[in-house]
Amino acid sequence: MAANAVPHSPSFTNTFYESLFDVADGENIKSCLQCANCSGVCPFGFLMDFPPGRMIAWMRAGILDEVLGSDSVWMCVSCYACTEVCPKKIPLTPGLMTRAKEEVLLAGNVPTELQSALEFSQRYGNPLGESPRKRADWAADLRPEVPIMRKARRPVDVLWFVGDYPSYHPRVRQTTRALYKILTALGIDYGILGPDENSDGDTQRLAGERGLFEVLAEKNGKAFSCYEFKEIITTDPHAYNALKNEYPKLGIEYPVKHHTEFLAERLDELKPRLKGNGELKVTYHDPCYLGRANKVYDPPRALLEAIPGLELMEMPHNRTTSLCCGGGGGGMWLDGFQWEKAHVRLSEWRVREAVNTGADVLAVACPYEPPRFEDAAKMVSGAGNLVVKDIVELLADAMEE
Amino acid sequence: MTHILVPVKLVPDLVEELQIAGSGNALDMTWLRLIISEFDDHAIEQAIILKERSGGEVTVIAPDQEGMDDVLFTAAAKGADRITKLSGDFGEGFNNHALARAFASAVEGLAPDLILTGVQGNNDLDGSVGPCLAEYLGMAYVGYVAGVSLEGGKAVIKKEYPGGLIAEMEVALPAVLGIQAAEQPPRYVAVSKVRQMMKETSIVEIDAGDLDPSGGLDVSRMYLPEAAERAEMLQGNEKEVAARLVEIFKEIGVI
Repeated sequence: MAANAVPHSPSFTNTFYESLFDVADGENIKSCLQCANCSGVCPFGFLMDFPPGRMIAWMRAGILDEVLGSDSVWMCVSCYACTEVCPKKIPLTPGLMTRAKEEVLLAGNVPTELQSALEFSQRYGNPLGESPRKRADWAADLRPEVPIMRKARRPVDVLWFVGDYPSYHPRVRQTTRALYKILTALGIDYGILGPDENSDGDTQRLAGERGLFEVLAEKNGKAFSCYEFKEIITTDPHAYNALKNEYPKLGIEYPVKHHTEFLAERLDELKPRLKGNGELKVTYHDPCYLGRANKVYDPPRALLEAIPGLELMEMPHNRTTSLCCGGGGGGMWLDGFQWEKAHVRLSEWRVREAVNTGADVLAVACPYEPPRFEDAAKMVSGAGNLVVKDIVELLADAMEE
Repeated sequence: MTHILVPVKLVPDLVEELQIAGSGNALDMTWLRLIISEFDDHAIEQAIILKERSGGEVTVIAPDQEGMDDVLFTAAAKGADRITKLSGDFGEGFNNHALARAFASAVEGLAPDLILTGVQGNNDLDGSVGPCLAEYLGMAYVGYVAGVSLEGGKAVIKKEYPGGLIAEMEVALPAVLGIQAAEQPPRYVAVSKVRQMMKETSIVEIDAGDLDPSGGLDVSRMYLPEAAERAEMLQGNEKEVAARLVEIFKEIGVI
């Protein structure tokens, strides 16, 4: 890190500690047992100066400056692994780790890579630094056309919140187009916001930029309020998490479903359209923000198992113990920083596990994952033939024309 | 106390494709997105680094362009002491001669010891602002500066030359420096801090009066690069294309 955090007054430690109570179940931190489960399960805990448990110990000793002066927090990928195993149910990810990032960011200690993503989000409404006017360009050549709410000027059943990477990232756009194919085949009455859509802001929030999150949420809230729809769907578990758990705190409240939940509810209509493409061995990676953060484990599996000839094989780490792809909590924008610190990539650990199951396909349900795991597969020996696909891509492949 | 003045401007953001206006001699401003000139952003950073290191005050001054308030409040959140806006007809595009004259007239009241501005901007058609401003103020100018420190009444600067050469030189103050790069990349300020600044600080407005663009240039035509018909695309499969290539190389005597 370039500089130390701004020196804090002794009362700051108390103020910071007490601010942790504001999160749901935040007061549980008082009952921390110092069991160190959190630090042990943390994918980067082994190289953090201050993994969660030690942060709590030092805070209890009244020492916070060293904790916030360390760059440990930028190794946190907000994967909820610590929160999941905590016997005292302390909200470590949404509380302690996120608040710590907020303080470090306020003091100006922001790795340059992360800075760009935050500035882009502020300026263009997406962390990739792409033109906001091109947000719906992925759909430009599709027929029938993808209805954009501003032009369609009619109520729809479903508002599809497309999200940042699904809108812009060339690989993830394939997932977006696969969902388009399925929605069209099922005759779903849907629309997208197009250029009116902004980043959901959740990962920026978990990277410590709460103010930016609020700005983005307000913009999306304003866009939602212009149109009539019954529910929101999204392929992005991070957007899902924001819409479901964080936007309501800002008064932006709509029913929201992840695309796997939405499609699993329509399995009866979907099943007759799925044909056997031969034997396919598939293993499924639970995304942190679908699984641990929101407890959606079964709908993705139900969809996969509906594909004829598909054999679902579980990795040793599955459901609550799923391994993070490394993209959460700002990790998506800290690859260089984290590589410098760790010289390992979390995505490679996951791909190694997928290869060991003997699966042909690593199925995913989060837009961060196809590019991360495909890159990792290039580095892991034996992963040369591993195919990474979102569940909707597998469904679209299996669908009758 | 050293008073550092940082004149900045907004330039077209190249994230959007640029379009030519109906007049055929300017950019279409309707859809143009503006962004602080990257070099001006570095000038702000360098000024704040100097303030943190040697004390002093930083004033950021800018023409009243759409979106400028956010840029100024962000500068204040980074540590600028005063943010100032020149009001005048800065809506539909203006040249650097007019802007430099407007800055120069404001400088007299502000009495800075040092002026830092970006060495260039992506829309500099009539030269960059720094040298113009120095000329109007009768001050020395050094451009392509990547490092400044203050010693007594002098600035010790690092000036970049092509080929990786760097010269260290002393400049008597007051002077104008064209900043190529700050000593560290422009810092990040949290959105909440910028929002707080919007409540706590106000932008001082200075009337720039009528703008005087004389000495600039008249654009007769602005156009996208036009494709010339000099390339021949070879058709066919790999073997046919390769055979044709060999023939061409022989014809022109390369092989």
